Amino acid sequence: MARAQTSKLIRGGTGDWEVVIGMEVHAQVASRSKLFSGSATAFGGEPNSHVSLVDAAMPGMLPVINEACVAQAVRTGLGLKAEIHLRSIFDRKNYFYPDLPQGYQISQYKHPIVGEGEVEIEVEGETKTVGIERLHLEQDAGKSIHDQHPDYSYVDLNRSGVALMEIVSKPDLRSAKEAQAYVTKLRTILRYLGTSDGDMEKGNLRADVNVSVRKPGEPLGTRCEIKNVNSIRFIGQAIEVEARRQIDILEDGGKISQETRLFDPGRGETRSMRSKEEAHDYRYFPDPDLLPLELEQGWVDDLAKDLPELPDEKRARFMTDYGLSAYDASVLVAERESADYFEAVATGRDGKTAANWVINELFGRMNKEGRDIEHSPVSAKQLGGLVELISSGVISGKIAKDLFEILWTEGGDPAEIVETRGMKQVTDTGAIEKAVDEIIAANPDKAEQAKLKPNLLGWFVGQVMKSSGGKANPSAVSDILKTKLGIE
Amino acid sequence: MTDLTTLTLTQARDGLRKKDFSATELTEAFLRAIEAGNGSLNAFVLPTPDHALAQAKASDARLAASDPRPLEGIPLGHKDLFCTNGVRTTACSRILGNFVPTYESSVGANLWNAGAVMLGKLNNDEFAMGSSNETSAFGPVVSPWRRKGKDGKLTEAKLVPGGSSGGSSAAVAAGLCLGATATDTGGSIRQPAALTGTVGIKPTYGRCSRWGIVAFASSLDQAGPIAKTVEDAALMLGAMAGYDPKDSTCVDAPVPDYAAQMRQGVKGLRVGVPKEYRVEGMSKEIEALWQQGIAWLKAAGATIHEISLPHTKYALPAYYIVAPAEASSNLARYDGVRYGLRVPGKDIIDMYCETRAAGFGKEVRRRVLIGTYVLSAGYYDAYYLKAQKVRTLIKRDFDEAWNTVDVVLTPTTPSPAFAFGEKTGDPLAMYLEDIFTVTVNMAGLPGMSVPAGLSSEGTPLGLQFIGKPFDEGTLFRAGKVIEDAAGRFNAPDKWWLAGSKGR
Repeated sequence: MARAQTSKLIRGGTGDWEVVIGMEVHAQVASRSKLFSGSATAFGGEPNSHVSLVDAAMPGMLPVINEACVAQAVRTGLGLKAEIHLRSIFDRKNYFYPDLPQGYQISQYKHPIVGEGEVEIEVEGETKTVGIERLHLEQDAGKSIHDQHPDYSYVDLNRSGVALMEIVSKPDLRSAKEAQAYVTKLRTILRYLGTSDGDMEKGNLRADVNVSVRKPGEPLGTRCEIKNVNSIRFIGQAIEVEARRQIDILEDGGKISQETRLFDPGRGETRSMRSKEEAHDYRYFPDPDLLPLELEQGWVDDLAKDLPELPDEKRARFMTDYGLSAYDASVLVAERESADYFEAVATGRDGKTAANWVINELFGRMNKEGRDIEHSPVSAKQLGGLVELISSGVISGKIAKDLFEILWTEGGDPAEIVETRGMKQVTDTGAIEKAVDEIIAANPDKAEQAKLKPNLLGWFVGQVMKSSGGKANPSAVSDILKTKLGIE
Repeated sequence: MTDLTTLTLTQARDGLRKKDFSATELTEAFLRAIEAGNGSLNAFVLPTPDHALAQAKASDARLAASDPRPLEGIPLGHKDLFCTNGVRTTACSRILGNFVPTYESSVGANLWNAGAVMLGKLNNDEFAMGSSNETSAFGPVVSPWRRKGKDGKLTEAKLVPGGSSGGSSAAVAAGLCLGATATDTGGSIRQPAALTGTVGIKPTYGRCSRWGIVAFASSLDQAGPIAKTVEDAALMLGAMAGYDPKDSTCVDAPVPDYAAQMRQGVKGLRVGVPKEYRVEGMSKEIEALWQQGIAWLKAAGATIHEISLPHTKYALPAYYIVAPAEASSNLARYDGVRYGLRVPGKDIIDMYCETRAAGFGKEVRRRVLIGTYVLSAGYYDAYYLKAQKVRTLIKRDFDEAWNTVDVVLTPTTPSPAFAFGEKTGDPLAMYLEDIFTVTVNMAGLPGMSVPAGLSSEGTPLGLQFIGKPFDEGTLFRAGKVIEDAAGRFNAPDKWWLAGSKGR
C-alpha cells in the first residue's frame, strides 16, 4: 500500500508532492423532455427548435418538475450506493448571461436529492473506493454562438432547461490516472443505469476538476478548479499540467491563489478564467415557484427493485459463474452491451473459451475496423455456435479462426458452414493413423531421432496437421504419434 | 333604458339571461364609458373594443341558445399584469415595450371560458410595485373619488385609487367595467378596493393559478377580483379559481359555490379582533369604523373575541425583504436579450445596464437593489433567512388563532385615500399603506376588503376579513353582513365624464 502510494507522488525539486483531486461531473439526464418543461431534449436540430415558453423565460412562465428526471436522479443515486433524500429543495442560482434566459439557473444547493455514496475504481490492479459527496439536479443553460456575426452573438436555447445531474466526489483522488478511472467508471455506471448516455463528444458528460497539491501528510493545499473538461484524455492532461504548475509556483516560494481555470489542450496548459475575488455572488435562495421535492420511500423502493445489475456485481458474477480472470471480467463489463453480448455467447457453454473469443477475436477485430458491439457483423448467437463447435471438438482452434473469418465476412450458420465446407476436425483414428504412418515413413531419420529428442514430437504433429489440412484433432494426432514413435 | 354601467355584475348577468339587453349592448355601453372617462381616469392602458365586441357577439349566440356560461357576456377589465394572447402586455413597465404574448394566463383563460368579455388592459403600478398606482410607466390612475373640503364641496385634488391594482379599482368604482381582475402581493387588491369603495378579495395562496401572470414575488402573488359587491366578487372568484398543473404551487381542491356560501349568514361565527392591529397613529375614524364593523357582526349573530397575533409588527419589515428578494430574481429575465426593450451598449454588460436602467422605473429599481442586497453573500442569513423565520412565526400566530376564531376582522388600511404625490417622496410612508394587508400574504391566507364607511373627507374606508386557508366562503359570508349593513358607496360626482366632454 505504501509503495503504491509512493508511485503516485510527483517528484519536485524539494521532494515529493501529492496531488489531491475532487471532481464535479455534469451528466445530462437521459429523458425525453427537459427538467421543468415539456420540450424535447434531442441533440442537434435547428437552433431554438426545442424551446418552450418556459425555456425562453417568457413573462409569467412557471417551471413544473419532470418526474422522469427525478426518477433518473434517484436511480443514479441508488447505483452509487448513495443516500436518497426524500425531501430536497430547488434553489435559484442568480447570474446574468444571454444563454441563461431566466437570469437564474434552477439547481439544488443546500438540500440535494442524493447524499453520500461511493464508486469503486481500479488503477494498476489496486482497488480504491472514491467517496461521492452528493448528486443534485439542475438545469443546463443554452449556448452562445460568437462566430456567426462580426458584432453580435447568437443564442441557441435548445439545451436551455435540459436536466443535468451534478455528481460531486470527495477529494479522494490522488493521481490523473485515478481521476480518469473514476470518470470512466462513473460513466459506465450511468450507462448501465440508462440515466445518462455519458457521451462526452456531445457534451453530455463534462467535468470540473478541483486540483491542489501538498507534501504528503500535510493539510490540503489551496485548490484551483479547472472548468468544463470534456474528455477522459484531457482530464488526465489537465491534472498533470495543473499539478506541475502549482508545484513550480510553491517550489519558487509562491502561493496558489484560489481561482477558476480553463484547460487549453492545444497549448497543454491551464489558464486563469477568474479569481476568487471575481467569483460571482450567486445569491442562492429557494425557488418560490417550486415546492420542496418530496419523495415516498415506496416509490424509491420500486426504483431500487428495478435497478439493473451494475458493473461491479456483474464482474464478480462473471468471475464466479464463468471462471473468468479479474482482467477479462473487467474488460467485458466495461460496457453493458459487451457484457450482454458475452453472456449470450457464454450461457450454457464454456465461459473461458467464450471470453477468449469475445475479447481477443471479436473485440480485436472490431477495434481494428473501428466498430462497436452494436454493429458487430457476427452475432452472439453465431459466436456462441462457434464456441460450441470448439468445445465439442467438432473443429479445432485453428479452423475456428477460419470459421470466424467466414462469419465476419459472409455470415451464415456456423454448424452448417463447418458441415458444408468440410471443416470438421478429423477424430477418426484410422485416418489419422494412416497420415501418421505416411509422415513417419517419409521421415525415417527424424523418427529415429525422436526417440531421443521427444520435443521433435511438435514437428511431427505440425506435419500431420498440415497434411490433414488442419482438420485432424491435434490431441489425437499427438497421442498416436507418441505410440508410433515410442515416446513416453 | 337604464344606464347599463350602473348595474352590478349580478344584475347584469340576470338581465342578460332575461334578455333585457344583449351582451353586445352591454359591452358597447362600457366601451362608451371607457371612451368618455378613461382620458381623465387613465384606468385602462389599452382598451380592446374589437376584442370585446367579438367576445360579446359569441356570448349573444350562447345566450340566444339559452346555453350561458357562468359569466356569459360580462364585460371585465383585465390588469396588465396578466399575459393576454395577441394583446400587448407590459406590466406597465417600459422594459416590456410592446410585448405581445402568444399565450393567455390561466386565470384569464378561465374567465373567457366562463363567457366573460375583456374590455381592455388595466393600469397598475409597474410590476405591481406600489400602493398608489403612481409608478406605472403609463402614468398614474386617478381615483373617481374626491375629497370634500371644509366647506363640504368636492376639492379638485386628484386622489390615488390605491395600488398596485389602481386601474382595476378605479375602473370598477367609475363604472368602466362590471368587475376587474387584480393581483395582490402585499395588499394590491384589498388596499385599492378599500380606497375606492369596492370589494376586493385575495384568495388563499394556491387558489388561483399564477401561470401567465407577470411575476412580482412568487411566494406571495395571488390573483383575485375587484368588484362592486360581495356577490359580484364571489361570482368572479368562482370563475378565476381552480387547479392548474402548470403552476406547481396551485392547489388541487374543488372550487365551492361562493355565492351560495355567502348567503349562509354569520350566526355563531367566531370573529377575532387582533389587538396588535391597533397601531400607533391609526386615525380615530378607522378605529370607529372597526368598532362599527364589530357591532354589525354582533347584531348579525357573530361572536367577537379579542385575539393576539404577536408577530404582526414584524410582518411589514419581513415582507419588504422577502418580496424584493424574489422580485430581484424574477425580474432578471428582463435583460434585453429576447423580448421587450433593448438599449444597445458597447458590450453585453453595458447593454444589460443601459436596458435595465432605461426600462425599469425608480421604485422597481429600488426593490431590485434591496432584493439583490438581502440575498447577497454575508447578508442572506441576517435578512432573507430571518425574514423567512418571521414568516413561519406569523403563520403560527394564525394557526393558534384558528383554535378560537373562524375569521379575523381588521381595518384594510390605516388611512383613507391620499392625494397624488403625498407619499411618493417617502417610500416608508408608502410602504405603511400595506401594514394591515401584508401579514395575510406572508401567511398565505385569504383576505377580503369590504367598503364599510366614509372618512370625514367623504372618501371610502374598508374593513378586512382574514380567513383560514381555502375558507374564502366565510369571508364572503362576513363581507356580505358588512355590505348589507353599510350599504354601497359610489363616488359622489361623475366628474370624469364632464372632463371628457371638453376634449
